[in-house]
Amino acid sequence: MDRARQLYVQGRSTWGYETEGAPLDGPPGTTQARAKRDPTLQHPRSVFQLLKSHYSRYTPEMVSSITGIPVQQFNDVAKIVGEMGKPDKVMTIVYAVGLTHHTTGGQLIRSGAVLQLLLGNMGRPGGGMNAERGHANIQGNTDHAISWDILPGYLRIPAPGQKSLDDYVAASAAKKSDPNSWNFFGTNYRNFTVSLLKGWYRGVATTSNDFAFHFLPKPATNSSWMSIFDQALKGKMEGVILSGMTATSIGPDTNQVMQALSNLKWLVVMDPLPTTSSEFWRAPGMDPAKINTEVFMLPTTHWIEKDGSFVNSGRWSQWKEQVIPPEGEARHDHWIMADLFDRVKTLYRQSGGKFPDPILAMTLDYNDPKKPELAEIAKEINGKDLLTGSQMTSFANLKADGTTTAGDWIYVGSFTDAGNLMKRRNGVQDPAKNDPTGMGFYPTWAWSWPANRRVLYNRASADLDGKPWDAKRPGIQWNGTTWTGDVPDYPATMNPKDPAAWLPFIMNGEGTGRLFSSSMLDGPIPEHYEPIEAPIPNPLHPAQSEDPVAFLYDQAAGRPNRFGKVDKYPYIATSYRLTEHEHYVTQHVPLLVGLQPQAFVELPEELAKEKGIRTGDRVRVTSERGKIEVAAAVTKRLGPLTLAGNTKVYHIGIPIHWGFIGVSAEQNPDKSKYWLANALTPFVGDVGARTPEFKAFLVNIEKID
Amino acid sequence: MAAFQERPVGFFTDTSICIGCKACEVACKEWNQLEGNKPELLLDSFDNTGQLDAQNWRHVQFIEQIPDNNGVVMNPTPIAGGQAWLMMSDVCKHCQNASCLEVCPTNAIVRTEYDSVFIQQDVCNGCRDCISACPYGVIGFNEKTGTAHKCTLCYDRLQNGLQPACAKACPTESIKFGYLDDLQAAADKRLAALQTAGYKKAQLYGRDAKVYGGLNAFFLLMDEPEVYKLPSAQNATLPSRNNLAGYAGGFVTAVVGLVAGVLAFRSQRMNEKTDATR
Repeated sequence: MDRARQLYVQGRSTWGYETEGAPLDGPPGTTQARAKRDPTLQHPRSVFQLLKSHYSRYTPEMVSSITGIPVQQFNDVAKIVGEMGKPDKVMTIVYAVGLTHHTTGGQLIRSGAVLQLLLGNMGRPGGGMNAERGHANIQGNTDHAISWDILPGYLRIPAPGQKSLDDYVAASAAKKSDPNSWNFFGTNYRNFTVSLLKGWYRGVATTSNDFAFHFLPKPATNSSWMSIFDQALKGKMEGVILSGMTATSIGPDTNQVMQALSNLKWLVVMDPLPTTSSEFWRAPGMDPAKINTEVFMLPTTHWIEKDGSFVNSGRWSQWKEQVIPPEGEARHDHWIMADLFDRVKTLYRQSGGKFPDPILAMTLDYNDPKKPELAEIAKEINGKDLLTGSQMTSFANLKADGTTTAGDWIYVGSFTDAGNLMKRRNGVQDPAKNDPTGMGFYPTWAWSWPANRRVLYNRASADLDGKPWDAKRPGIQWNGTTWTGDVPDYPATMNPKDPAAWLPFIMNGEGTGRLFSSSMLDGPIPEHYEPIEAPIPNPLHPAQSEDPVAFLYDQAAGRPNRFGKVDKYPYIATSYRLTEHEHYVTQHVPLLVGLQPQAFVELPEELAKEKGIRTGDRVRVTSERGKIEVAAAVTKRLGPLTLAGNTKVYHIGIPIHWGFIGVSAEQNPDKSKYWLANALTPFVGDVGARTPEFKAFLVNIEKID
Repeated sequence: MAAFQERPVGFFTDTSICIGCKACEVACKEWNQLEGNKPELLLDSFDNTGQLDAQNWRHVQFIEQIPDNNGVVMNPTPIAGGQAWLMMSDVCKHCQNASCLEVCPTNAIVRTEYDSVFIQQDVCNGCRDCISACPYGVIGFNEKTGTAHKCTLCYDRLQNGLQPACAKACPTESIKFGYLDDLQAAADKRLAALQTAGYKKAQLYGRDAKVYGGLNAFFLLMDEPEVYKLPSAQNATLPSRNNLAGYAGGFVTAVVGLVAGVLAFRSQRMNEKTDATR
């Protein structure tokens, strides 16, 4: 595996387009190579031909062998999906985040996107590759940089060695590879970055100091979710603040996470109610006397106790009001952070420090810097013109000269001088008025980024001449002088017949959809790899079964890998959520506890018969990392799968919602000791996003007598 | 808000789009201040509520119809051919011929201006006659209040122009509230669309007078009523108005039962004999 990993890593630099001709204009100091194009799609090294030959190996028989889907059923599905490539048809793929919970998660999403591109279903109303998020505001979280590797608005986090804005923009902004590519994001990268810095460090950020670019952190190591606990296990983490995230329950590998929390000096848990993390020191099997971690529980408000916005998967930012006042000593998360920041700032001011400037220079333009209102923050995110004092109305007007601010460029236009547009509610009460196109866009319901556009890449909803692919389902269309319909993802008056017209995918350097991507660390074209724990060798290439670059945290840290093999753990398991509960917080809600009161696993009827297990029996499910002891639910919905030709494999389903905290755990203290589903899951991540492999791992199951 | 007009209202529960989230159960309890029974792990598929009673005025049934083909659904229309995970939010039917109302000795159970069937808590004497009379097992007895309880069709909300809590909470609009004639028209349209799409077993239950004179809370089902533990139209009539058929049915059942009993006894004896010879 190490050899394969090396080959991959060395190969990365060769993943790119063949280039030709004179370089294209680019930002100062960069040359932009022109990608070779073959509009006939016949060149054997064209992306299309490469895709075709790559995927010719995935015959219906091979797909059946890998997944267990019967060949006939696969063909039925493939026929239906294939027909969605006709202009008068359109198909969407909606995936829950489960699709990301694999060591090949990023590639799984990408393979859906590639399929939709090939079918012509990108940019069309009713098309796309759409994520259903696990919480009402994960989209908003992501947009505002909850992930360690981005700044707000999907600008990259600067990297060590980038000494100036020039270095940063050159390394981060997409480069134009076609003369007809607008490369809007790449072209505006500096405008967006400077406006962000100007928002954060108003008076201090000037042309003479590169707009305080040197204030930004340039992390040298991966700082994603699992990396935090990996660092704590290595003893390199002093403390952790968990805001609305219960590490113990979320996992993966709960026992190891609790070990990591035990290694900390201090742990702050910000949550409305006790969590398995705030109480980890008294988890069953833990010895509080041996844990030196000082735990602080800061009770926060729940989202029903504050206003603010929820951003859905369609990118609509919808403002909401506070429903009930906070109870007891609960404070808003952002007020806790503001207070903490104020105290840190005071300490820096009083006692100095290595690098106090970024802390002391931070703009806090709020009525009460210790209690900023969410509306004030939303207004700040929108940004303003510092010359006129007006709120910005379009990110196209953001400048790199320090005269504009934008806390998150994609939200520019959401909170203008006209007010908070996220509050708008012109909906189905009057479709004739509120949905003028009849396409369900409802442009004055809330506000969607970017620019209140409802369908991204909607230039692709019309053909080369600007005519909708399907007259019944127009996205935008060219009326001879302007684009009408949805807010165009294209210059509003650009004539599509003009030879200089931009290509449709304006955010990419290519100007076209990325059938080939050099930004994925595990390959430019998605390939199937088995999970790290798999019941069969990969039918495509048994000698390289799993993803060669999946990140094996334990191994990388010098700890032994704890992966199980099929001889001891013969069944595959998938963890998932139920509609009755929201992650772990609803364990405190009695009526929801009544709907799904206790931890259980689902298992196939045939396996249950083999093992003498009936619905309601207590069972123990084990993996190489831990165990759970829960009730069994026998069902025919989980059939055995036939993989790799003739291997029968049983599948165990594991709902995740329970632990040793909550109404039910308190009512059943003896039963609830081993209810944490993530005690079973492997501590391994996708190479890019480092998402844990929650959806496929190996277990054993036995009845508890 | 203004109250609804004083004409028949009801529920049209379209089970074809129920996702089994049980939001209706919770919304009902929240509005009507029902604390719920003590949580119990039933695992009847995903149902842990069990039945309609004094604490549960909406109840989502889960019916697993999975044939023995390794769990793989071969039919591309998954709820067409008896291969499905059926979900149905059950509720008081607010029958036109409501047996609970007819047996109530104190006239506690009345028909409201909205044509719903309502138990007046201050008149109920707790005799429980309605509980045994209800053919759907809808009504339950509350030991604390000493009275019978069931869905009120959110009578208090209707009087204030608010639709019932369950319909309001239903994320897929599987539970639709409205004036009965509008709901019936919507149901006819939905049924026709499903049948055109190939869902041959889809049917309306209680939409017309065949079931207890018509149900103000009627359903679109994806299979026969018995699959959802509902009496079929043949059985859904009040005994007092259908004595002959009732007696005849009873007689036939008795004969069938007797014959089956004899056969069962005989086959058991034969098994015993086989065992003895082994």
